[in-house]
Amino acid sequence: MNSRKDPKLPVRPSGGVSRRGFVSGLGIGGGALGTGLLEKEAVAAPAPANLIGPGPAAITLTINGKPVNLKVEPRVTLLDALRNYIGMTGAKNVCDRGVCGACTVIMAGKTVYSCAVLAIDAQGKNIETIEGLAAGNSLHPISAAFVANDGQQCGYCTSGFVMAAKGFLDEHPNPTMDDVKHGLGGNLCRCGTYMGVRKAVIEAAANMKGAKNG
Amino acid sequence: MASAPDYSWPPMEKRKLIGKPIKRLDGPQKSTGRAKYASDLKPQGLLFAAYMGSPHAHARITKIDTSEAEKMPGVKAVHIINPEGTEIQWQGMEVAAAAAATEEAANDALRKIKVDYEVLPHFVQEADLKQAGARGKAAGERVTGDPDKAFQDAEAVSEGQYGIPVITHCCLETHGSVVQWQGDQVHVFPSTQYISGTAAGLAPNIKVPIANIQAHMDYIGGGFGSKFSPGKWAEVCAFLSQKAGGAPVRLFLDRKMDQLIAGNRPSAFATVKLGGKKDGTVTAWESNGWGTGGFAGGGSPPLPYVIDRIPNARQTFTGVSVNAGPNQAWRAPNNQQAAFLTCCALEDFAAKIGMDPAAVFDKNFAYAPDARVETYRYQLRKAADLAEWSKHWHPRGKGASGVVKRGLGLGFSAWAGAGQASQCRATIHVDGSVVVDIGTQDLGTGTRTVITQVAAETLGLPMGAIKLNIGDNSLPVSGASGGSSTVGGVCSSTRKAAMNALVKLFETVAPSLGAQPEDLEAVNGKIQVKDTPAKSLAWAAACKKIAAAGQISEMGENVQRSPGGLNTQGAAGVQIADVSVDTETGIVRVNRYVAVQDCGLVVNPWLAQSQVHGAVIMGLSTALLEERIMDARTGRMLNPDMEFYKLAGINDVGDIVVHLDIRPENDKRGIIGLGEPPAIAICAAVSNAVANAIGVRVPNVPVTADRVLAALEGRNA
Amino acid sequence: MQAFEYANPATLPDALGLLASEWGPTDVLAGGTDLLSLMKEYLHTPKRVVNIKGIKELAGIQKTGAGLRIGALVTMDEIATNAEIRNEYKSLADAAAGIPSPQIRHMGTAGGDLCQRPRCWYYRQGFGLLATKDGQPLVPDGENKYHAIFGGGPAYFVSASSLGPALIALGASVKLVSAKGSRDVPAAKFFVIPKDERTREIALRPNEILTEILVPGAATKSATYEVRQKEALDWPLAVAAVALRMNGATVTSAKVVLGHVAPIPWEAAAAGKLLAGKTITAATAEAAGKAAVEGAQPLSQNAYKTQLAKVAVKRALLDAVKARA
Repeated sequence: MNSRKDPKLPVRPSGGVSRRGFVSGLGIGGGALGTGLLEKEAVAAPAPANLIGPGPAAITLTINGKPVNLKVEPRVTLLDALRNYIGMTGAKNVCDRGVCGACTVIMAGKTVYSCAVLAIDAQGKNIETIEGLAAGNSLHPISAAFVANDGQQCGYCTSGFVMAAKGFLDEHPNPTMDDVKHGLGGNLCRCGTYMGVRKAVIEAAANMKGAKNG
Repeated sequence: MASAPDYSWPPMEKRKLIGKPIKRLDGPQKSTGRAKYASDLKPQGLLFAAYMGSPHAHARITKIDTSEAEKMPGVKAVHIINPEGTEIQWQGMEVAAAAAATEEAANDALRKIKVDYEVLPHFVQEADLKQAGARGKAAGERVTGDPDKAFQDAEAVSEGQYGIPVITHCCLETHGSVVQWQGDQVHVFPSTQYISGTAAGLAPNIKVPIANIQAHMDYIGGGFGSKFSPGKWAEVCAFLSQKAGGAPVRLFLDRKMDQLIAGNRPSAFATVKLGGKKDGTVTAWESNGWGTGGFAGGGSPPLPYVIDRIPNARQTFTGVSVNAGPNQAWRAPNNQQAAFLTCCALEDFAAKIGMDPAAVFDKNFAYAPDARVETYRYQLRKAADLAEWSKHWHPRGKGASGVVKRGLGLGFSAWAGAGQASQCRATIHVDGSVVVDIGTQDLGTGTRTVITQVAAETLGLPMGAIKLNIGDNSLPVSGASGGSSTVGGVCSSTRKAAMNALVKLFETVAPSLGAQPEDLEAVNGKIQVKDTPAKSLAWAAACKKIAAAGQISEMGENVQRSPGGLNTQGAAGVQIADVSVDTETGIVRVNRYVAVQDCGLVVNPWLAQSQVHGAVIMGLSTALLEERIMDARTGRMLNPDMEFYKLAGINDVGDIVVHLDIRPENDKRGIIGLGEPPAIAICAAVSNAVANAIGVRVPNVPVTADRVLAALEGRNA
Repeated sequence: MQAFEYANPATLPDALGLLASEWGPTDVLAGGTDLLSLMKEYLHTPKRVVNIKGIKELAGIQKTGAGLRIGALVTMDEIATNAEIRNEYKSLADAAAGIPSPQIRHMGTAGGDLCQRPRCWYYRQGFGLLATKDGQPLVPDGENKYHAIFGGGPAYFVSASSLGPALIALGASVKLVSAKGSRDVPAAKFFVIPKDERTREIALRPNEILTEILVPGAATKSATYEVRQKEALDWPLAVAAVALRMNGATVTSAKVVLGHVAPIPWEAAAAGKLLAGKTITAATAEAAGKAAVEGAQPLSQNAYKTQLAKVAVKRALLDAVKARA
């Protein structure tokens, strides 16, 4: 598995820094390294062009403003990290190919498909998930509007829709119905809740605006 | 002794909760992401499973070697599902599965399982019946009356060929479960439409007594008919758990496998010939159809649909076996196909004789079951009003000039929807709290909400006073959520259980109110002498009187054959599609869609409306976009995804106008299920609307750009 | 997805030093919307993934003396909403805004759009870029309704790039950088029709990174028109990008480039030629559409795309001239 020995791979990043150093410079577990020698060599090396993995690596995600430490292989997607490693299961794995929107989260202020983001690549950006929208049993105005307008049936797409709506309303606080129909074109529902979702987003916009003004 | 309780529904004007537009009770759980589906569960020590199917459509497994996979780090169990020698009959048919500490490791393990196949010839495309040869199995010809003579005597004869393809359920939560097999106990957390039947479905396959299987589910991410049985995957998941020493295992199909093997709706193609009079009366029907539901062949849709008393008819149907995944019930099985073939043929007949199809439909509703004839005619008028038929309809192809053509089209539906066998237990505790236990499930249909409405209404309490338990096989048995049978069944059993418990409470408190039990009623949180609020006890005070027994716990049962007026069957619907077709691009857009639906007593019109919206949107998606694409040469499904298996998005459906046919004469029939009936007519209505718009029939759905342009060019050629 | 080692270089030289000299062992990660899917399908099984999002010089849109520089990491959303692009290079903004998913627009980058792999379902199901089984092509009499009507094989997929047609119409070039130096390649030469399975559909070499797009100064009216089956996320069925140099109402020169009809964005030279010296009217736009699809070679199921391409050209032209009234 260790690609270090693969002749097709250049092993030396420019800048004269041993890539070995970057690996354990980030404190990666032995699975990725294999020998103690490498770890010893690595100690002092700063990491302008670090190489991590393929084994599990310690990463820190900023989720809903709070740091979360976990250890995942570089191939683990943000969606799988949330669901399988962190236990945040609001985002759903539906298509796993970046077309359905059920895994939508907001990263650095923009909605993204978390199934198409590597967890390791999501470090350093605030990741808003549906779990962060409202504490306890309270309801964010968007969630409340989904309830009030029945923008949900089985509910499996709902988290993604709510987050897509959040991202959309953050950028379009005064949307028309036409804006809403275009602004949520990245999410799919199978039960057919679109009529309710459309109304919910319009109502949420009004309520959120009211809250801000009031 | 008091006489048998009166279970009948309260009169419309006296209802406080039933019939009211009450919001979905589990809405907040879903809209906050807090609802936990089986696929969300992560119990301590969870192992992740990966599931491997054959890449070939037809092959024999000659060798399976799992040794390398078993040695992979993190791998806890490997299970061969179909052993060497198995003849694979469709792509994705199960071969093996693995469970590991991480999902990544489980997937890696699958890649290390070495399988050799002897690849065999396959057949995967049924659209051209001539290609099917021996793969087609013709059912016998069915003849009514004298079709030959009727066609000879007919003043007009129309003929068309129509096709509706295989589509997939594409539930957003794929098929699967979490299973933990510890000792002789098996705990199953399925994604199922039938929690009460999960243990019985699983037990024989894993050879464990039904009594030792506990099944629990809080939420399900879509089923639509494809999640009645636990599925092969639950059994495999159990074996993996057992092999892994009793660790819980989560096995959910990935999207590709789900598309390949977890269910689809059979196709139906047919040539249909209608003969009749110039006044619009059809006198003769002939159809020669075919279709596939997978390797097992295909069932025949009931033709002619609804108007099945056409006096002269001949029909044949050929089921075609293909090397593709098996079908599952799909939201009104066979009915979309039958409605499509019938309503399109009827519309073509209307065009042939130059009549308004609304008039032709109206005339031929005479062939519908007697009890429904007037309902259909009423609904047709209502739908036509809502769609502004008289304003927007024009003779086929004779609309306004311009590139974008508008058209209107009709479709109709029928469904049984009787309440299922269902048992419910209502318990009133000494502190006044109330528990309703019922082994049903809420698919997003609002089952939780309607049960709670019925229990609360019956006991004269607010909804919040009812604690409802569903989704567990330790609860009183209820049926599968299918056939639109849930709402009638669970509301009836709940009504009876709550009423039975209430009668016991009446008996307990009657002396202290100086009345006979049968003189009491429960309203507004009080037990009172009927129409005498002055003589009353608050609910909590009344319940204190049951201290001696500790609780009142009563069962209620809906018996399918004697629903006692609480529910019934026989729903009708008429729908109208209003579309615009860009004749330069062939793109069809829905402007408006009108659905008029009878469903008897409507427990919750708000959620009923959502059901109709959902059914129509799903139907529009199938009419405009969805089809399984099979490749003749490779035998593969080319779109086992959600990218080229196209589903309608939020802007792909127009405005939907729902009219629930709530009238006293319908209400008095009792509850009729609603999940399926409004999903039936959409392909028919859309195809008819497109024909009306562009002046020519697009024979096959979905009505995609390629098909629309081909039809237009055919006309021009 | 196969396990890989991950690099997150901060500089271009570092990134380039990590790339292999042949396709396969390494992949460049930008927006990830395509690469992650390819890896999940095991169509790409890199041993190393080089994330270039940390390289600051690949970001940003700048107006230069020569025109506009668009960094490889600029997202489709940035292109769709950039005022300069909306005003001066409308066809480019149209193309980016035409992607119906905000999530894809937020994630997808300009460089990634140009380098993404084809969506051909035979390719995605593992039958190779040229889609063959036992040496025989699967597409010409297979399921080809989304396939090419131009190009003549042996590749029948369609270029999936959203920006490609507009960039070619605008005369843009891309900068490709390797450890040994850089080269500017006209966008029209960046896309290539592969002749065998080992060739890529783009001129990029395995050890190069596409760093920026250079769009020459605009004295043009331009537009992109996409025919889409769905209004929600979906691939277009046919696309036309047009760029017109005008003298008053008269076209002095025109470029018409079709998308989703060939393995590369397909320049319809005849349509451009026809428009020179004319004003854009419904009639000339229609004629240009006809000229654009001359020589189309539809396969068994995709003759309709000829019509769609023709209409897309007409509508793009009419849109372009009313674009900046």
